[in-house]
Amino acid sequence: MTTSQTTSSLPHTPAGALTARPRRFRLEQLPGALITLLTLLLAGAWVFPLYWAFVTSIKPENETIANPPTLVPQSVDFSAYSYIFQNSPIVRWYLNSIVSSLTITVLVLLLCMMCAYALSQIDFRGKRWLFWLILAGFMIPFQASLIPLFIFVNKLGMVNSYSGLILPQLAAPLAVVVYKQFFDQIPAELADAARIDGASEFRVLFSIFLPLNIGITLSLGIITFIAAWNNFLWPFIVMNDTEKLTIPVGITQVQSAYGVAYAKTMATAVTAAVPTILAYLIFQRRVTEGVMATAGLK
Amino acid sequence: MLQSVPTAQRDVLSPEKRAQARRRHLVALMLVAPFTVIYLLFLIYPTLRVIQLSFTNSDLTGAGAYNGVQNYTRLLREPTFWTALRNTLVFILLTVVPNTMLGLGLALLVLRLKRLKNLVLAAFFLPYVLPVSVVTNVWNWVLDSNFGLFNTLTGSTITWFQDPVWALPAVAFVTVWWTVGFNLLLFVAGLQGIAPEIYEAASLDGASGWRLFRSITWPNLWPVTSLILLLQLVAQFKIFDQIYLLTQGGPFDKTLVLLLYAYREGFQQQHGGYASAIGVVLMVAILVVSAIQIRVLNRGDRA
Repeated sequence: MTTSQTTSSLPHTPAGALTARPRRFRLEQLPGALITLLTLLLAGAWVFPLYWAFVTSIKPENETIANPPTLVPQSVDFSAYSYIFQNSPIVRWYLNSIVSSLTITVLVLLLCMMCAYALSQIDFRGKRWLFWLILAGFMIPFQASLIPLFIFVNKLGMVNSYSGLILPQLAAPLAVVVYKQFFDQIPAELADAARIDGASEFRVLFSIFLPLNIGITLSLGIITFIAAWNNFLWPFIVMNDTEKLTIPVGITQVQSAYGVAYAKTMATAVTAAVPTILAYLIFQRRVTEGVMATAGLK
Repeated sequence: MLQSVPTAQRDVLSPEKRAQARRRHLVALMLVAPFTVIYLLFLIYPTLRVIQLSFTNSDLTGAGAYNGVQNYTRLLREPTFWTALRNTLVFILLTVVPNTMLGLGLALLVLRLKRLKNLVLAAFFLPYVLPVSVVTNVWNWVLDSNFGLFNTLTGSTITWFQDPVWALPAVAFVTVWWTVGFNLLLFVAGLQGIAPEIYEAASLDGASGWRLFRSITWPNLWPVTSLILLLQLVAQFKIFDQIYLLTQGGPFDKTLVLLLYAYREGFQQQHGGYASAIGVVLMVAILVVSAIQIRVLNRGDRA
């Protein structure tokens, strides 16, 4: 589009320094520039609700309902945040979410990595059955079997407990299949050389295969963490005590408690949103890679 | 790769080789067992059990007697079930194709950008990493009938999530806002995967703009497009969270979808067997529709 302005055509002064060619705005660039502007406006509109939620949470309550609405707060007031931190178990919910999401992430990576390694590298009876069984899991919507899952977890006495919350979320066929794909690509000579040297399979997995696949491990880890953090349905069903809720479930409980208090409601929403937003912004490339790896399977 | 011993030599298996095979299977078992046990217990077993439960009149403790196909005949005669099915299908219509087309359109816009590309991509994807309750809280506030931004700016008085006409479209809109980033990402990857040489060759032949899109972009993009359509279809069939949080299935069951109906019957009315039947219907519907869609969409691919 703007090939005439690429840096390769910058003229040199006799002293050897580069001078930028003065930019000329050509008329045929106008439609392109307009489309770019439209794109930017659309992107801004897309995240605007989030900005609006944040801005509402730092306004005093009577300004939140001001008409006309104020785009920038006339006065900044953090009392909504101090209120919810003092008057709701939100800190407890944060802890619950952090502990359960981290546990799920670590366990999913570990268990799926081990299983995928065996599927990829070891020949054993029933291997093909197991792999097809895992693939079949993709077609099964776990939501349809909520009732028997709940009955089963109840029988195990794990309702309203961390184990009841975490264990069902470890059944992640996706991670196994992704890992297997990546492990299949490791050249056989690497593993064979290590085995000849007497390394056990566990050793080969953790000292060779894992270090070679740090990238996908990080990607899978991040998206597993985000998914575990955001999980609503199962934590909602399995946990009864308010103290034991995870954040996504917890913030639905406070809506009615505060009544009509928009700043406070938005403050809880913002607080609940911060971890996954941060995780995404920091690990954007990893999240992208993870999303694409898991979607490419189905 | 650890090979199993070739058949011809199996009869003369030395004790060494047998011990080796035993060790190999033991190691495989240790590696595979933790995941497989959990997978069998918490995914496979409940799936089998829901089919079994659907033929009983059990409550929420699993205790109940077999009652044949009574749950299913009741299902077919129950108007609420048909309402839920219809609402689910309408919801799918309101989300699957618009979400996919929007994702494609945005991908085409995003790929024109150079320095701003990642920023714009992040803007559209950001909602996707939010928990559903944050999404519903935010949109409950924006679409609040009295003080919400939208109603104050447009002067509308519609109570969006309680309006019999607007509730379902409103939830569909929120769903699209929440999830379009995922489609966008896949489309960007798909579009970037089309070799630029194909475009160069075509534009040398004089093709441009819409012609290029129709003859080159669309066919090459078709595998990604059909994948996204399939993923969307399955996902929206299973819709629950947003509807539960925004409308509870109301008003007057106008937004009641299949899974919400199953939840209501099972966890609120304690009709475990009947709710399981609904779950089985949902599973079968997803399987059938996925199979049909794969068939239909792949035929277009070969053409």
